[in-house]
Amino acid sequence: MKVSIFATCLVDMFQTEVGKATVELLERLGCELDFPITQVCCGQPAYNSGYVKEAREAMKNMIRTFERAQYVVTPSGSCATMFRDYPHVFKNDSEWREKAESLAAKTYELTQFIVEVLGVEDVGAKLRGKATYHTSCHMTRLLKVGDAPFKLLQHVEGLEVEPLVNSHNCCGFGGTFAVKMGDISERMVDEKVNHIDESEVDYLIGGDCGCLMNIGGRIERRGKEIKVLHIAEVLNSH
Amino acid sequence: MGMKIGEKQFKERVGDGLQDDFMRSAVSSAQERLRARRLHAAQELGHWEEWRSLGEEIRKHTLDHLDYYLEMLSDNVAKRGGHVFFAKTSEEANEYIQNIVKRKEAKKIVKSKSMVTEEISMNEGLESIGCEVIETDLGEYILQLDEHDPPSHIVAPALHKNKEQIREVFKEKLSYLKSEKPEELALHAREMLRKEFLKADIGITGCNFAIAESGSIGLVTNEGNARLVSSIPKTQITVMGMERIVPTFEEFEVLVSLLTRSAVGQRLTSYVTALTGARSEGDVDGPEEFHLVIVDNGRSNILGTEFQSVLQCIRCAACINVCPVYRHVGGHSYGSIYPGPIGAVLSPLLGGYDDYKELPYASTLCAACTEACPVKIPLHELLHKHREVIVEREGRAPISEKMAMKVFGLGASTPKLYNLGGKVAKSALSPFTTDDKISKGPGPLKAWTNIREFPAPNKERFRDWFQARKGENK
Repeated sequence: MKVSIFATCLVDMFQTEVGKATVELLERLGCELDFPITQVCCGQPAYNSGYVKEAREAMKNMIRTFERAQYVVTPSGSCATMFRDYPHVFKNDSEWREKAESLAAKTYELTQFIVEVLGVEDVGAKLRGKATYHTSCHMTRLLKVGDAPFKLLQHVEGLEVEPLVNSHNCCGFGGTFAVKMGDISERMVDEKVNHIDESEVDYLIGGDCGCLMNIGGRIERRGKEIKVLHIAEVLNSH
Repeated sequence: MGMKIGEKQFKERVGDGLQDDFMRSAVSSAQERLRARRLHAAQELGHWEEWRSLGEEIRKHTLDHLDYYLEMLSDNVAKRGGHVFFAKTSEEANEYIQNIVKRKEAKKIVKSKSMVTEEISMNEGLESIGCEVIETDLGEYILQLDEHDPPSHIVAPALHKNKEQIREVFKEKLSYLKSEKPEELALHAREMLRKEFLKADIGITGCNFAIAESGSIGLVTNEGNARLVSSIPKTQITVMGMERIVPTFEEFEVLVSLLTRSAVGQRLTSYVTALTGARSEGDVDGPEEFHLVIVDNGRSNILGTEFQSVLQCIRCAACINVCPVYRHVGGHSYGSIYPGPIGAVLSPLLGGYDDYKELPYASTLCAACTEACPVKIPLHELLHKHREVIVEREGRAPISEKMAMKVFGLGASTPKLYNLGGKVAKSALSPFTTDDKISKGPGPLKAWTNIREFPAPNKERFRDWFQARKGENK
């Protein structure tokens, strides 16, 4: 199966390891990968801040970039959600609407792709320890990917997954919200970190680099001994 | 007071909220309780998504034909001897209500809970002409006693207070001497309020849903106070927002089912009342005179716009009860009697961006509100729509942000430029980097690093790794 990787700008710039894990994992599952080199960003930072004009330019670049892809897979629930929302953004644009629809239809978040398209729940991963999983908002509420990460994690040998108290509450990232409303964001991420800490785990796992940078950055600042891992890294450990 | 609460700026209001540990703990425990009860009630009913779709359909249909149903309502109220007044503005509504009061030479008014009367500052207006207005909803009564503390929630207005604080208010204002047990506090309030009901000249109610086919006013309460308000005084005035209407009792039933479950997780509230007109021959109680005041106050400006769906709101507060921002800042931070996600959408529409332009940004767009809404208002999309209007139509965004977004737009649509930028980012940030992290970031990064670490850009970007690996594999 041919898969085009949409790495996301955060992975490209800050989290190479997550990208590597995604590639190795999908190859192990039999996918043939390419990385269309003109990809940049899904446009979400501008779009969510209200700069729709600027965002549309970024989006057009992505639509062009993935025009020939069979499947587009990304290790981010939030960025996948943005791709899936392109038809809404271009709904009144006769030139781009259909192209946007075509990209949305072939885009999958990583765990969603593995479970729904590849039909795999046990990827043969091994990781010893106790973990909890952060259900990111866009992935669960908008992309409606709720079970896939848990199905995959429950087959990871040696890994015990603890429930997270108030897992439905946002971690306080929200893109530019984290800097625009820093004081509010701090209380939100602190509550999240407190609950993670109370669950006495070795790992915090998540499927969105934005949330993980926020929670992980706060965990590190508060000097907590909890390792933050993207689910691609967990599923690629063996 | 009106819709706007106080004169403080957004930042200061939020600062006050974040400092108030007691309020924050009261709000978070209330949120958890109300959320759990709502989910339980929805599950118990079954087919919840179908109920939501039906609720949405009813609200959309009614709004699309609002003129038709308002006329039907008005005709049917008039047929039963009631008086209907359409108020374009809050001033018109207040003038009409005050004229009734003057004509009746009324001194004492009892009222049941109503957000729209808060919105139009009805109480202040009536007090200014020498009337005593007594709130009879327990939450509102507490706030009124406490020097008119503004509501912080649209269903549970005193959510931000605990029982010890309420006891202090009662002690100071009512010479209350008993404990902080809710039962004792409520009993005392009932005793005080009963005397007021018996002496009141006029009763004023809000309206959950007016029923167009019969000209009835549908009210949902747990305390029964709306029934006393509408049955003891000789004159009844009902004030409603112009969108709070359903075609028939059939739709009323659906929306009440959604409302009581979404608001408080109840299958039904203790009292569901439908009042139709004034007392007619043979009736044992009810007012001799009935007035219905239908308030526009900016609502018709929302009709037909991209924000129309906000008028679907049935004021259940489910969105408020799940909002992670409301949870930490509390209701007063919104500066409006309408807080939380619904308030952040509605307040700028009714009160303008000058006072409320920050509210649409006080959200992570996490969509918990949209998911909870029983009539499927896409709240997070409307918050986003506000941002778009503020930036692109109103031009109110800060210059620095505009510049940054221009650069983003250019970089994100020009791969070569991004490629170059990515390469220099590492060295540009290196003076701020220690042990692969940035603890004191420059410029816009500062707000991030004030509270958390920021990762240093990778030594090798993912794309470079991928390209190099592809080369090796060939």
